[in-house]
Amino acid sequence: MIDFCGIRLAGPVLNGSGTFDAIAAERAFGDALWEAFPFDAYVTKTITLEPRAGNPPPRLWETPAGMINSIGLPNKGLERFLAEDLSRLAPLPVPLVVSVMGHGPGELARLVGAVAEREEVAALELNVSCPNVESGLIIGSDPAETARAVAAVRPLTGKPLIVKLTPNATDPPAVAAAAEEAGADAVSLVNTLKGMALHPRTREPWLGGRTGGVSGPAIRAIALAQVHAVAQRVGIAVVGMGGIQTGAHARDFLDAGATVVAVGTESFRDPAAGRRIRAELAALTEADGGFAQARPHPGREEPRPMWGTGKKPANTRKTVKQPQRT
Amino acid sequence: MTVADPRPRTLAPFGRRRAVVREVERLGAYVRLRVDDGEGPADPRPGQFYMLAAAERWGAGADERPFLPRALSFARVTGGPALDFVLEAVGPGTERLAELRPGEGLWLTGPLGAGFPPPERGRPLLAGGGIGVAPLLCWQDELGPQAVALLGFRSAAHAEAARLFAGAVEVATDDGSAGHRGSVTDLLAAELDRDGEATVYACGPPAMLEAVRALCADRGVPCWLALEAGMACGYGACFGCVVPTRDGYVRLCVDGPVLDGALLEEVA
Repeated sequence: MIDFCGIRLAGPVLNGSGTFDAIAAERAFGDALWEAFPFDAYVTKTITLEPRAGNPPPRLWETPAGMINSIGLPNKGLERFLAEDLSRLAPLPVPLVVSVMGHGPGELARLVGAVAEREEVAALELNVSCPNVESGLIIGSDPAETARAVAAVRPLTGKPLIVKLTPNATDPPAVAAAAEEAGADAVSLVNTLKGMALHPRTREPWLGGRTGGVSGPAIRAIALAQVHAVAQRVGIAVVGMGGIQTGAHARDFLDAGATVVAVGTESFRDPAAGRRIRAELAALTEADGGFAQARPHPGREEPRPMWGTGKKPANTRKTVKQPQRT
Repeated sequence: MTVADPRPRTLAPFGRRRAVVREVERLGAYVRLRVDDGEGPADPRPGQFYMLAAAERWGAGADERPFLPRALSFARVTGGPALDFVLEAVGPGTERLAELRPGEGLWLTGPLGAGFPPPERGRPLLAGGGIGVAPLLCWQDELGPQAVALLGFRSAAHAEAARLFAGAVEVATDDGSAGHRGSVTDLLAAELDRDGEATVYACGPPAMLEAVRALCADRGVPCWLALEAGMACGYGACFGCVVPTRDGYVRLCVDGPVLDGALLEEVA
């Protein structure tokens, strides 16, 4: 068992938000999905206050060792998610994490308030890769904006709050530190990197949303560096992701400081990828002496438990200012 | 989607599985792969599809692709089960699939999506364009040889695929090098002129499907269209394969690929 922000997980492999739709997967695979559920916690696609149709197609482009998506967060909105989807997720054999996105602290507070009070929900993830409608800034690209968003929802729930960090920021560790200061229990990273493809003939942007997010093994080295930098900076749990395809890749992220890992694009290639990666990781770590054994962390002076059961000592290099309260 | 969905759906085993190429046949411009899928269900429904990727060297082709699996309707299923796929090498994914040899491995997920529903009215008429004729093969097998398949191709080299059909076939080619010179919608219009009591099933390129949809809408004939879109996952995870409908965007992989023509404003 792994302790992730106080939630007990049977293993360290989650899904990245928006990369696995358990309700749709049940339509394709039936009960076999629940019997062999590939993740140790399930993170939903991002929910917004109002329904969203998403971006016009085309929404996908294949890149060398990866892809670009321009999906645009289609979802049925908070009300229908609570009324329809939560009950359909009842057969889920693992803890449920609900991802929410709001255009500013007010919207986020309404979402978090309504979702957190449902007993089916174990934790919430804040998708901050969107603009604040008031300031125009991408919330997650700015430490102060991120801190304001977290501070606005922190008093509303005692459940773990995970902040999903965008790699499209000047200083992701500073954003992570601001989230920690404002009371986040964990950070997850990386979200997709901004990318573009041109139509082979018209030479206009191919994707309906013009730009999209690059994911897959093409971004793994970038993700690993960001996870490493963030884990050095914060003491809270870190969910590491970005192009993980094998147990060895997952171990890289854990050894770079992640508490748990998430699988995203690889699930598109194999719906059961999470299960395979978990088994490969278990075989690797067993050879090292097991999951729970404390191992020295590269760049850290002292060993710490792999699964975030303890906070690491306060980081003296922290330079983040106390966030402004609104 | 409707409360009582008439479209049949055989569930897929969870996760991708390794299958083996048993036979490769060149058919003019196309390639037919027969794949041993011993772990898969023996009863996929016509119109359903599979996600395919070569087990080796998937990647490291042109532009370091392919990366994602490719969605292909199955053309036929025989004992074993063995699945037939018909494909045309048009990009890095289909090129890699087309060069597979007997004995080589293939990753398969499926069957996925919803298939063709039984005819609700009159006789079934099948209309296929190009590589889109593939799912009509098994559908004609099931409906019976009297279910006429109207097939449109660019040229005689592509029209080789018509040989795979066991039942009644009419062929049209763009250049007149085989069959009727013109489009498959010409053939469909003539059939509907003869007897308009029919249910139409179509698969092909978007312009052809739009012509079929408009023709059927015009004549008040029910039609079911098997659409195609680039897919990353095939099971509803990525939301990448949406098409606009009167009900908003729907994911072709889980809400299709077979859609009621009446649901579509236009096939774009």
